[in-house]
Amino acid sequence: MARSVRRRQRLFLVRRALVKVLVYLAILPMAGFIILPFAWMVSSSFKPIGSGIRFPPQFIPNPVVFSNYPLVFKTIPFLTYMRNSLIVTGGVIVGELLSSSVAAFAFARLRFPGREALFILVLATMMIPYPVVMVPTFVLFNLLRWVDTYLPLIVPAYFAPPFAVFLLRQFFLTVNRELDDAAKVDGCNEWRILFQILMPLSKPALTTVAIFSFTANWNDFLGPLIYLNSARKFTLALGINYLRNFRGGGDLAPQMAASVMFVLPCVILFFAAQRYFVQGIVTTGLKG
Amino acid sequence: MQVAGVRVREAAGLRRRGLGLRRREMVMGYVMLSPWVLGFLVFTLGPMLASIWFSFSEYKIVQPPRWVGLANYQRMLSDELFYKSLYVTVRYTVVSVPLGIAMALLVAVLLNQRIWGARFLRTIFYLPSVVSGVAVSLVFAWIFNYRFGILNYILSLVGVHGPDWLGKPQWAPWAFVLMSLWGIGGNMIILLAGLQGVPVVLHEAAQIDGANAWQRFWKITMPMISPAILFVTIMSIIGSFQTFTQSYIMTGGGPAYATLFYLLYLYRNAFNWFEMGYASALAWVLFVIILACTLLALQVSKRRVHYEGG
Repeated sequence: MARSVRRRQRLFLVRRALVKVLVYLAILPMAGFIILPFAWMVSSSFKPIGSGIRFPPQFIPNPVVFSNYPLVFKTIPFLTYMRNSLIVTGGVIVGELLSSSVAAFAFARLRFPGREALFILVLATMMIPYPVVMVPTFVLFNLLRWVDTYLPLIVPAYFAPPFAVFLLRQFFLTVNRELDDAAKVDGCNEWRILFQILMPLSKPALTTVAIFSFTANWNDFLGPLIYLNSARKFTLALGINYLRNFRGGGDLAPQMAASVMFVLPCVILFFAAQRYFVQGIVTTGLKG
Repeated sequence: MQVAGVRVREAAGLRRRGLGLRRREMVMGYVMLSPWVLGFLVFTLGPMLASIWFSFSEYKIVQPPRWVGLANYQRMLSDELFYKSLYVTVRYTVVSVPLGIAMALLVAVLLNQRIWGARFLRTIFYLPSVVSGVAVSLVFAWIFNYRFGILNYILSLVGVHGPDWLGKPQWAPWAFVLMSLWGIGGNMIILLAGLQGVPVVLHEAAQIDGANAWQRFWKITMPMISPAILFVTIMSIIGSFQTFTQSYIMTGGGPAYATLFYLLYLYRNAFNWFEMGYASALAWVLFVIILACTLLALQVSKRRVHYEGG
């Protein structure tokens, strides 16, 4: 009797181990497929010029060459592009956090007729594809003489983008209401409740909005492509693509060096704030 | 009597104050929403209405729009590149969206097992989502290189002579599909969260009743995560119809228009050829298609999607 129980137990353990082995067998090649382009990007950035047209391709650079990085700085005004990207992303993040918090506060804390209908409208605007408004907004910014400035990329963020409003509203709803009631009794008005009580308590949600906004705008290609014409005003996303037009920039190694420097801030941000990324996706993705 | 009078007056005052508070709250609500409303009018509703008007006009920026009726839409009917770009985009969507969601679900299920390193692997799979765009397109352009790319090198190791991925019209679309599979991480995270929300009790109960893992997956897991699947399906379709950067950078729409995605064609009409009227008509057709796909997905899902407590 005891022996058969033990045998069954062992069978169970063997089966479980087998399942685990199968899971690893399935997932590791896929993870390899994901890693490969990153590994290729980094390793190629240390290869000598001309290695892009070598067969078989080298996985580990030999010799290891660091000159591609300085070459990028010499070929394109990389630091200027980086500054431009920071101006755009910084401007957007400030505007998005401020304007969306205010709108989210109204949706989460104040009662007024039409609130639900307006909130549904906010959600609906999330579904409108950018191409539909792309042409007329260009016409509008062209009339304002804003083309070839950063304003078309930054200013819309100051009008409460729906994704951020939604995420912050969901978070504000989870913050205990008694706190702002107490503040109200003490004579705080809505602005002070929002800026001095609710927002300090909502740092995780604000961080989530900020990092999503950062990666989205850092990587944005279509927006800058439409609005920025002068080479000196390019953001990094445009700038590293522009690298290809130069002598020496068409080669694998400098392109990969530029790409590494371009993706590095997002990758670092991702590892530093991974929790917020996951939270953000799950909140906006599911808890409708 | 006097006391009562005071009380009545106090009560009336309180009520008035209460009403005042409520009115104040209402006014504050509208004040705080006014930036959003203004933004909605200027950057969404206004442009959408203007876009309808442009789509019925000839408009090349330098001169004001000139009403031409249905001419832009008629032009589309005989525009080969319109059909081509629509075909390229629809085919890409039909292939890459189901494939991508199946892969995302597979990875999510695997990562939902209690295995060592699941968190780390989750990070790896999500990583492409934070770097997507230009850099990725540059890297993949080299990976797909016919003679020197690593993809064909790896294929040659197993004895397969790899095709000219980006240089041949019959292969380039597949290169894009392959590349899209690299970015399944975002969907995977949503599906994984869905999987983690499935109560263990249900599985245990079914197990006691003798259901095997396969049956439990289809009868419990799938219905429970069906809202998440519907959500990622709709978002993926919307995203897929707006594919742009990859084709702009890797192929410029070629070879032989095999990767001329709809948005790339729209972009060229608007910003290379300044056909703002025609581009607006193209945009509206795209909008209607995306809307139709979304409604279709919702309709199909009506019978299949299970909502907790609904």
